[in-house]
Amino acid sequence: MELIVAVSIGALTAAGIYLMLRLRVFPVIMGLTLLSYATNVFVFASGRLAVGAPPVLMDGVEIYSDPLPQALVLTAIVISFGMTAVLVLVALGATVEGGSDKVNAPRKEAEK
Amino acid sequence: MNHWILAPVVLPAMVAPMLAYVMRHDVVLQRVVSIAASAVLAAIALGLFTIAADGTVHVYRLGDWPAPFGIVLVLDRLSALLILLTAVLGGVVLVHASATGWDRKGRHFHALMQFQLMGICGAFLTGDAFNLFVLFEILLIASYGLAVHGGGKARLKAGLQYVIMNLAGSALFLIALGTVYASTGTLNIADLSQKVREIPLEDAALVRVAAMLMMIVFAVKAALFPMQFWLPGTYAQSPAPVAALFAIMTKVGAYAILRMHTMVFGPDADAIGTLSGDWLMPAAMITVAVGALGVMGARRLAPLVAFATLGSTATLMLAVAGFAPDATGAALYYLVHSTLAAATLFLVIDLVLTRRAGDELSAQPATAQNGLLAALFFGAAIAVAGMPPLSGFLGKLLVLDALGNHPLAAWIWALVLGGSLLTIVGFARAGSVLFWKSTTPGLALPDDPAPEDPAPAPVTPAQAAPAIATLAALGLLTVFAGPLMRYTQATAAQLYDPAPYVNAVLVDQPGTKDLPEEDH
Repeated sequence: MELIVAVSIGALTAAGIYLMLRLRVFPVIMGLTLLSYATNVFVFASGRLAVGAPPVLMDGVEIYSDPLPQALVLTAIVISFGMTAVLVLVALGATVEGGSDKVNAPRKEAEK
Repeated sequence: MNHWILAPVVLPAMVAPMLAYVMRHDVVLQRVVSIAASAVLAAIALGLFTIAADGTVHVYRLGDWPAPFGIVLVLDRLSALLILLTAVLGGVVLVHASATGWDRKGRHFHALMQFQLMGICGAFLTGDAFNLFVLFEILLIASYGLAVHGGGKARLKAGLQYVIMNLAGSALFLIALGTVYASTGTLNIADLSQKVREIPLEDAALVRVAAMLMMIVFAVKAALFPMQFWLPGTYAQSPAPVAALFAIMTKVGAYAILRMHTMVFGPDADAIGTLSGDWLMPAAMITVAVGALGVMGARRLAPLVAFATLGSTATLMLAVAGFAPDATGAALYYLVHSTLAAATLFLVIDLVLTRRAGDELSAQPATAQNGLLAALFFGAAIAVAGMPPLSGFLGKLLVLDALGNHPLAAWIWALVLGGSLLTIVGFARAGSVLFWKSTTPGLALPDDPAPEDPAPAPVTPAQAAPAIATLAALGLLTVFAGPLMRYTQATAAQLYDPAPYVNAVLVDQPGTKDLPEEDH
């Protein structure tokens, strides 16, 4: 299971960074979303992986899954969701006003 | 427990929604409430400053949960100084924005400003690494709104780049926090301080990765090479009062590096050693050069000032990267100076630019109050460039003196002095073009059929007051350099002695001694 989680985090991160480097508004938003998924899974896994283990103290149970990363990841998901919404709005504004969906404006255009 | 410690976070957090929901149709009311709130914030900050000045560490436990489990806010000399600086700067910026009408150019300016102050104050107070992330996000999301305040093609484009840059930075921050948690099992800064020191050298790889990831995240905020490229565009395109407030944002990065790398990943932790300083110092040195060259190469006024801010922050980071008590003392003095100087510059160029057509550095008709604007620009420029009599000179002198024994001292001195020279030349050129080479209106094109633009409104006393106030503050920094240096040196001594901090957070807890021993 460790291998599957690690590979999926790696694949999501790689895809996210590739899309971000396309420097067009829509791929960048998708890339950042994938990157935040990868980050969330990574934070989730930082409390060690345990299958079928309870996150609260119970009698007669020896193996627990760490509840703290689950709480952290909830916060992180909410924040990244909100941030993506802000990004979409700013990106829409920049695309509509600027007439181009390029993230890095061509040099001549940037000078104006 | 002193509940006032929570006030710098709660007060703006309460005022901001009120401004956004109850008073959104009345700009005058918003201005009054917002400026009054920042005055109260400054008073609270002054109170906290006097509480913390005796060197005790005050801890506020949210919900009264015991420390490694609950979130704590910690007030020590460093956080008290920075909150006071934030509150003063916030007030000045709000007065400027209200007097110049920037707050009318878009919606919710004052609400966003209060959220920004809340995030910054919270980041300075928190004693929990994940809470630091959350407060970073609060100050960032407010800054996204402020950076594109007023709209316009170029501003939205620069804002988009700023948002993308910081979202990637936030992802990196989370990865760093995950790595820290995976290697130590805690995110409380005081607890981390102990746990990192217990890690044996052979298991140090993961915690080293975590330390460096953290440093990269904070270096993005502090705009260090090679992560400095977002700063000039964002600061140059942001509304000027916002850029003036952003002067403290790079310092949040510097603060976080200081806090995490003295408390947790300090040179005395075997697992880390001098790793942080070894990487920070060259990055800061290159950034000093980038800032100075940018000032020389800038053809427009706003990027010139943005690059000067970059160079100023980089000089601060040089002293931070020294990671020694006297260097940190100098760094903190320079931090106060650098924040106020950068803010002054942005406020002054706002007064200049709104009375000119475009921000190119080219000769244009003289404005009505050329003398006043030139004097303000001159004052701000000598502060940023580091010439006497303002505090930039003393600050740079202290930084250079403190780094005199560093292995790279010769390079540092050469870069800082050379960079200062280039900055002086750049500002002298800009100032002479702006204020001395003015064309007389109507003389250049006497047959111009187009009707002349109405003369720009003169600078009112209320508009000039914030810039004059920050300039006066820079003068006071020079006059009272002695007491302030004693305070910053005491702050540095407190930073490099984490034991009282750790004790205040973890040991001196009411009720914990009655708890049965748990093994966690």
